[in-house]
Formats: sequence, structure tokens, C-alpha cells
Amino acid sequence: MSDKDIDEHSGVDTTGHEWDGIKELNNPLPRWWVIVFYITIIWSVVYWVLMPSWPGITGYLKGTRNHSERENVTVQMAALDAERAESTQRLIAAPSLEAIESDPALHQFAMAAGASLFGDNCATCHGAGGQGFKGYPNLNDDAWLWGGSLDQIKHTITVGRRSLHPETTNTLMMAYGRDGLLTRDQINDLVDYVSFISGQAEETEAATRAAPLFASQCASCHGADGTGDQIQGAPNLTDAIWLFGGDRATLYETLWNGRAGVMPAWDERLSEEEIIALSVYVHSLGGGE
Amino acid sequence: MLMKTVKDKGRKLVNQQLTNKNDTGADIMVIAAILGIGAIFSLYVAARAVDPMMEVHALVFLGAFLIGAFALVSHVSSSKEAPQGAYETGVVKAGVFASMFWGVAGFLVGVIIAFQLAFPDLLYFEGAPWTNFGRLRPLHTSAVIFAFGGNVLIATSFYVVQRTCRARLAGGLAPWFVFWGYQLFIVIAATGYLMGVTQSKEYAEPEWYADLWLTIVWVVYLLVFLGTIWKRKEPHIYVANWFYLSFIVTIAMLHIVNNLAVPVSLTGSKSYSLFAGVQDALTQWWYGHNAVGFFLTTGFLAIMYYFIPKRVNRPVYSYRLSIVHFWSLIFIYIWAGPHHLHYTALPEWAQTLGMTFSVMLLMPSWGGMINGLMTLSGAWDKLRTDPVLRIMVVSLAFYGMSTFEGSLMSVRAVNSLSHYTDWTIGHVHAGALGWVSYISFGALYCLATWLWNRKSLYSNALVEWHFWISTMGIVLYISSMWVAGITQGLMWRAYNEFGFLEHSFVETVEAMHIPFIIRATGGTMFLIGALIMAYNIWRTARGDVRTGEKSLMDESSSQAARPVPAE
Repeated sequence: MSDKDIDEHSGVDTTGHEWDGIKELNNPLPRWWVIVFYITIIWSVVYWVLMPSWPGITGYLKGTRNHSERENVTVQMAALDAERAESTQRLIAAPSLEAIESDPALHQFAMAAGASLFGDNCATCHGAGGQGFKGYPNLNDDAWLWGGSLDQIKHTITVGRRSLHPETTNTLMMAYGRDGLLTRDQINDLVDYVSFISGQAEETEAATRAAPLFASQCASCHGADGTGDQIQGAPNLTDAIWLFGGDRATLYETLWNGRAGVMPAWDERLSEEEIIALSVYVHSLGGGE
Repeated sequence: MLMKTVKDKGRKLVNQQLTNKNDTGADIMVIAAILGIGAIFSLYVAARAVDPMMEVHALVFLGAFLIGAFALVSHVSSSKEAPQGAYETGVVKAGVFASMFWGVAGFLVGVIIAFQLAFPDLLYFEGAPWTNFGRLRPLHTSAVIFAFGGNVLIATSFYVVQRTCRARLAGGLAPWFVFWGYQLFIVIAATGYLMGVTQSKEYAEPEWYADLWLTIVWVVYLLVFLGTIWKRKEPHIYVANWFYLSFIVTIAMLHIVNNLAVPVSLTGSKSYSLFAGVQDALTQWWYGHNAVGFFLTTGFLAIMYYFIPKRVNRPVYSYRLSIVHFWSLIFIYIWAGPHHLHYTALPEWAQTLGMTFSVMLLMPSWGGMINGLMTLSGAWDKLRTDPVLRIMVVSLAFYGMSTFEGSLMSVRAVNSLSHYTDWTIGHVHAGALGWVSYISFGALYCLATWLWNRKSLYSNALVEWHFWISTMGIVLYISSMWVAGITQGLMWRAYNEFGFLEHSFVETVEAMHIPFIIRATGGTMFLIGALIMAYNIWRTARGDVRTGEKSLMDESSSQAARPVPAE
């Protein structure tokens, strides 16, 4: 290039090419750019020497630090287990669950473990605070379908309800309408009756008419007075607490289609001490008996 | 002036050499064959489809092929010779409209899913799964990356390669086949997501038949691009074309390898990937990260390398830097994928390589930013008067910021905090909104005046409004995601004195509510900006000028309009 094409503004020569009016200046690489680029390369090479890096045919460079994340995790988990070993041993060895509650240090440990376990396993259905949702019982109140003592709670967690566990209880609310056990009129009468005994409505003619029907069809589970039966998981119908809802439409739906809420069994997923801690935690939520 | 005579000489050359006939009718025969075979095959599949989704898609394909065949026949029978001497601009104009259309659609779906995250009940209908977040989310990502970004890349590459090679697009009707074939792929992909057709690979969700169709379209795209470079009248290949070529070639490779799968039935939509387990994960993120690298970085750097020097009418800062950063970028980027799989079943040595290459990637990435920004030296004053240029310069700033952030987040120690959190989402959007969209907006504003030979845009004031509304939207978006991500990361790793987790997952979700609302607000602002832009582009194409506005950019736009060779 005999006559260089110099850019007027910068005084730098161009490469002599032009594309659609675009030229390129012949500036060198910015010095700081090159230096930082080299630094990142050097840093990478150092890292390769220290840490596991390049693969070969049968293995890989282990690195001078012999670092293994898998091993680190195993070691840390083992250390944590060792640290907790004494407390977990005491949880299992406790003569009763009540004994755990009366030992402040052990109780504190069980509550910490239980809160964490509850958040990971139970909160999805029962809510982060155990407040429950439609179809998922509130664990803060005094109404217990299957009993609210420490041992009863532990049993529910262990075998679940209507789960696949062999020891679970499979009683359920039958689909009186869908399965043709009762007529629409009878179900309507029963809705009146339940509204009456739960204190939501005055006694109507229909409610009076349904009293013998209740005695023959419902009382075996819900009790003659409708206060429920924890052995069978039958809810108390006389309090103002409803699992699915106490309005007429929901009551009708419940009677027509039946109900069979499921809680999975946790004994395969959680260890013995975890179930104990969880039981203590749930018992403390406010409604423990 | 020397400049003047060179330009005149150039224009003469263009007129002379572009008139070479390049069509032999082969393009029409090949397209006719593709449409014919495709139509017969779709008819067969539609008749024997084993699932309803496949039936719908086969019918969509069939309709598209029949319309294509009709268009082809009417083109041939009208026997109007294309003006061989001129650059092909029709397909670029169509690309500008398609880009704006898909852009607005993709941003809109993004806003919807952002609100769904803040208010999970939103648009939840029993029996209407297509409005669920799970279906709409890939619709958003694919619409903005492939439909919006892809159309911008195809349109600008067709524009830039002609101008910088001084040659009409190769392949006769082939560019139109690429354009419409790509739109067909978008429609198949988008309807597939809504119907639940997916192979569950992020950014590669479309099933095997959509992938095969894209492969055909993409190969034709490559041939058109290479053919145009092949018959160029310039001795050298301009840097923007290297970047475009690396994008087209690498995307072809990534697309084919990651989508290797065995269909369950030739008439069914379901297929099974050739890879499984950690091999599948690594292949997926080799693909996923290089989609970022070669689709969203090199492709848009190509746009930057043409439109910024063109807009400011200054030479590119450093030829050497463009070469060195190009080769280092494409060599290093391809290794970086494993940083998506830190602390997983992926062997640690692969994680190390992914991380170190991501750190080495920083300077090669910044090379493009430096070259773009330094190209403005001698023309910085134009930032005051030219809002389009301001958009492009801000895009480079976001590019620099998000590439730095990316290298930082690839470091394992940082990643242990940031991984799986919304920090990643914020990082992606700093790049996607700030860099990719902004450089695209700049190029589309330029093209609106250059393609339609307008002295100025319909309204520069509206560009200002677009710029400020959407920039504030981006700031809201990324800052709320930083807060959200770091909060999540810290909550997830918080332990109590006994080593138990302090927070349940659902508590960390609850903590996201306010940041998610802020994010959705930012996204809405970005969408409003894009709507303003679409209106502005439309009025510019029509040739309107907003009353009371004085053109500020006569110089750059008339300069740009110059190379159109008159017949």
C-alpha cells in the first residue's frame, strides 16, 4: 500500500478495505484487554493444576489439591450426623414422646428438626404454618380426625391415611348419591339435618324427617349425636370446623360423591427419629391433645 | 473529495456487476420438490396420525405447503423477471415486520407469565391446560429467542451480506423459502407448546418433525448466505459476515446433535432422545449455552458490526481486535456449557473446564463491546441527537455488563449461591432485553428508514419514549431479580444451630411475591416500549412523518440510502 488511507479524526491508517462505506482502522489490540485476557488464561491454567480438570482416556487429571466435591459432601454429611448422633439417639431411646417434651434441650432439638422436616414434606398440603386448605386438615386447631395425642399423630405420619401402607385405615365417606344408596330427596333432607346439628340452621321439617335416616345411615361412623369417631376418622359434624366446607352445596356434594382424602405413609421416606421429631412439632402447633 | 469518487465508482460497479444473471430455475424446481413431497407426506400423516396433536400439525404443514405451491405457481405464471440489478429488499422488509410481530407477541406472553408467577391463580382454568405457566413459558422463550431474534438475524443478515459483498442474494426465490419456512417452523413450535407437544429440552422443545423441517430451512439459509458470499464483488469478507456465518454454521451443528432422537412412530408426535442421564444433560447445556453464544451473541455482534459504524459513519475501531476477539470468542464459547451443571452428577473435571473457559471468555466477549464503543470516537456528539444510536450504545453497555455477570456466575463459589435462583433469570434478561433486543431495535429502526428510503423515522420523539420507558423497565426487571435471586440463595442455604434448614421452600416462594410484581411491572414497561416502536416502524414504512417533528438524522439516513443501485 503505497498511499495509506488515513482516518482524519484519529490519524490512524485504515486497512485499506471498504464495505458499503465501512472502513476499519488499523488500531492495535488495547493493551489492558490483552493483559486481562492473559490473566484469565493464567488463572485457568493454575486452576487446572490445582483442581480436577482435563480428561484422558482412562481417567482425568486429579489436580494437586486432590479435590472431590462428592467426597466433601459425604464427609460433611457424616460430620453432621455425628454431631447430631447424641440427640437422635436420645430421641429414639426416650421412654415416651411425652418424655421428650418435658426435656427442654431434647425438645428444642426435636422442634428444630420437626420444623425443617415439616417445611420440606408437609407444608405443600397442610400449608407452611400448618393452617391447612380445603381437604387438607388444619393442624393448629383442636379438631382431630384421627386423634391429636403424640402417639396418634405419630401413627398417622407413619402409616398415612387411606395410603398404600398395610396398617393404614381405609374407612371412607361413601358416595350416597352417585352409588344410588340414597335418593336426591333423602340427601337434601340430610343436608338440612346436618345444617341443624352443626348449629347453622333452625330445625326444619326436612331435618326432623331425616333424623331416623341419619341414625340408620350415618350414626355408625359419625355417632348418634354426630360428634364423630376418631377410630374411623369420621369428623365431628356438630362443631363449626369443616374439612371440605359446611355450606349446603358442599354438604350435598360430600353426600353425593363421598370423600376419601389421602395422606401418604411416611415410614419409607423418613427415618424413625425424623418421624418422632415431626410428631413433637405437629403436636406443638396448637391443637395437640 | 476522495470519499465521493470512491463511492461513485462503487455505485457503478454495483450496477454493472449485479446484473449478472444468476437464476437458472433450479431454485423453483427445488422448492417445488420440497413443497410437493412435503404436501404428500403431510397428507399421509394427517390421515393416519396416532395422536390428535400430530393430526393438527400435519394439517398445518399441509396447508402451508399448499399455499406455498399456489404462491410458487402464480409467481412462475406471472413470469415477471425479478429486477436482477437491484438488491433483494422485499424479503428484508418482510423480516422487519415479522420481527416486530413476533417480538410484541413474545414480550406479551412474557408479561403474562411474569404475572402468573406473582399471582399463581392467574389464567388457571380447569380443562384449559394451554394457559398454564408450564405451556406458556416455552412459548415465551421460543417466541423471543427464535421468532423475534431469529427473524431479526435472518432479515439483517440478508441485508448486510448483500451490501458488504456488493451482490444480490443468491438462490433466486430461496431467501423467500427461508423466510416462510422459518415462519412455518415458528407456528409449528408455538402451537405445539400450547398443545403440550414437547421433548422437554430447554430451548429445544419442538419435536422431531419440527426439528427436521427447521434443518431443511436452515441448510437453505446457509446455502443462500454462502452463495452470496461466493459471488461477492469485494475482495475481502467483512467481519459482520464472519459473525453471521459462525452463527449459521454452529446453530446447524447444535440443532442437529441436541435433537438426535428416535420417533415412536412416523405418524406420531412423540420421540425419545438418543441421550440419557448426565450425557443428555451435558449435550443439552452444550446446546443451550451455545444457543446463547452463537445465536444471541455472535449473530447480534454481526448486527453491531454493520449497523453501528454505518449509523455513526465512522470506521470500525480495530480490525485486529475484530479478528482476535472473533476467533477467541468462538473457540472458547463452545466449552462453556458445563457451567450450567455445577454441583450436579456431571464429573467435576467437566465442571472445572466449563468454569475456566467461561472466565477466559470474558475478554473475547468484551472485544465486541470495545470495538463497538470505540467506533463512536469522533462521533460521540451524535448520542445527544440520535435516539436510535443511543439504543445501540446502551445495548453494548448491557452486553458488557451481562457478559461480565455471566463469567462471574460461572465461578463455582458464586454459582453455589446463584444457581436455580432468579438471579439467573435476571442475568438472562439483562442480556436478552438490554443487549439482544436493544441492538435489534437499533437495527430495525435503521432498516425502517433505509429499506423504505425515508429521510427520517415517523417520529424521533417516540423513539425517545420507547427508549426511556423500556430502559426503566429493564432496570426494574434486573434489579428486582438480583434481590429475588440473592434472597432465595441465602434463604436456601440458611441453617439453624442444629444444622437443619431454616426455611422451607414454600417460604422462599412467598418471599418472591413483591420482587415478582416489580419484575412483571418492568416487563410491562418493556412491552409498552415495543408497542410504541411497532407503531413508529409501521408509520415510517408508510412514509408518514409526525407533524411538528424535524428530522435529526437526515445525514445518516440519506447516507445509508445511497448504495441502493438504481436500475
